[in-house]
Amino acid sequence: MTAVLTWLIEPLQQDFMVRALLVSTLVSCVCGLLSCFMTLKGWALMGDAVSHAVMPGVVIAYALNLPFAVGAFVFGVGSVAVIGYIKQMTRIKEDTVIGLVFTGFFALGLTLISKVRSTIDLSHILFGNVLGISSGDILQTVLISVLVLAVLLVFRRDLILFCFDPTHARSIGIHTGVLHYLLLSVLSLAAVAGLQTVGIILVVAMLVTPGATAYLLTDRFDRMAWIAILSAVLSSLGGIYWSYWMDASTAGCIVLVQTLLFLVAFLFAPRHGLLAQRRRSPRATQFPSA
Amino acid sequence: MPSRPDLRSGPESGIHSGLERISVRNLCVDYHGVVAVHDATLHLDAGTICALVGMNGAGKSTLFKALMGFVRPSAGSIAIDGQPLRQARRARAVAYVPQTESVDWNFPVNVYEVVMMGRYGAMNLLRIPRPADREAVREALERVDLWPLRHRQIGALSGGQRKRAFLARALAQGASVMLLDEPFNGVDIRTEKLMIELFQQFRREGRTLMISTHDLSHVTSFCDQVVLINKTVLAYGETSSVFTSENLALTFGGLRLEAELPSAIDTDSPQAP
Repeated sequence: MTAVLTWLIEPLQQDFMVRALLVSTLVSCVCGLLSCFMTLKGWALMGDAVSHAVMPGVVIAYALNLPFAVGAFVFGVGSVAVIGYIKQMTRIKEDTVIGLVFTGFFALGLTLISKVRSTIDLSHILFGNVLGISSGDILQTVLISVLVLAVLLVFRRDLILFCFDPTHARSIGIHTGVLHYLLLSVLSLAAVAGLQTVGIILVVAMLVTPGATAYLLTDRFDRMAWIAILSAVLSSLGGIYWSYWMDASTAGCIVLVQTLLFLVAFLFAPRHGLLAQRRRSPRATQFPSA
Repeated sequence: MPSRPDLRSGPESGIHSGLERISVRNLCVDYHGVVAVHDATLHLDAGTICALVGMNGAGKSTLFKALMGFVRPSAGSIAIDGQPLRQARRARAVAYVPQTESVDWNFPVNVYEVVMMGRYGAMNLLRIPRPADREAVREALERVDLWPLRHRQIGALSGGQRKRAFLARALAQGASVMLLDEPFNGVDIRTEKLMIELFQQFRREGRTLMISTHDLSHVTSFCDQVVLINKTVLAYGETSSVFTSENLALTFGGLRLEAELPSAIDTDSPQAP
């Protein structure tokens, strides 16, 4: 018992750990809630694209001493606009266009970071630096998080409808175009917030995995949102502690815990899990049509 | 054409029968220069069930999209209940009932929530239901016999119940025009009968239903009007006068569909042409 307490309490004597735990809890709430919409809308790839595409924006913003959120927002939404434009004007399929555009943006970011003299550390952008987060960055992350949470809460019913049946939404006069870009803007902002914790490479996990885990566990949206948030927060806290004691990559640990939680849900979810499905129809795996 | 204000109101206020419900005049729609619908004209009165018949790519879904205001016509005009489309949409006059295949049945919403979505246009920004909204949803669910199942996730419904859930949403919306996209696809005969009964109730209330269908036997069995479409409206009007082998041949690009016709003319129409 005392061993567990020590395990939990000792790291809290370090300021940077307290800060890291608080920031990542907040970020997890935001990304966890958003991940429900990403999973339901089928925007995982879009999340990956946007999170990579924000990189040049972050670099430019740092170089010009602007809030990084501004740069990230411009490039995040910009990349989606470019994806949409190329898709519309050519015969190339969407996933190809996404792959092509986000790598282009990412490459631009990489090149910029190697040429622009600044204090940014490439590895912090790529893999996150939640243990060494500055107070300026914390302030921005908090502001972004509050904004994103507010938007998602206020528009959640419209966004659910937009994910479920955009045709109906349009037919009763709801502006689905506005909702589309609203969700994308929120995605860009959440990607920057998530980038603080796990970095660009793994931020898509924050934007997808909790939602996917929750989706296997419930058939109600409200519950799905709570489960996603809870699993995201648990993963962040667990991952940070784990990385502290093992002296391992924080981002890696956080995302690993998320993936483990997903695997547990995948196997043991009461109705949609693998075991439950086997129990229901033992031969279903051999005869999918049964 | 009947004169407009014969205000025999249906049970739901705001829906009047006897007036011109849908009026499409010389409608042209093109996508990036490719013509989808050219110079289409049709008029439908309140309280009709109208079949929309045409081949794939003939413009059925384009016409539906135009009636929902999704595509900007390059020429022509559309009016619902004598109002321009924009106003009709704000009044939630047009409901679209999707094909079963196009709905994500795994989506984490229950029956009640889906039907409540019909009310969203009438709610405030936060979409918090008021008593009137809850009442409308309850009434709609009771009419399609789904009230006891309202807490079910939509995927846990049977095929027929799924259809009825979306009809309930259109009812809750208070729509005077219902656009139904292939409503009988993959539906068993019992459900089909039930749905047709509901459609006939809707007609009696003065609603106008437009049903896109591939199955020509439906047209004669319960549709009182037909719109035949092949890039334009070839013919529209009473089933008995429009649903002829000549017109069908035009609709299906020269294919003669004689086999459909004998049953066609005598089922529903006492006054054969």
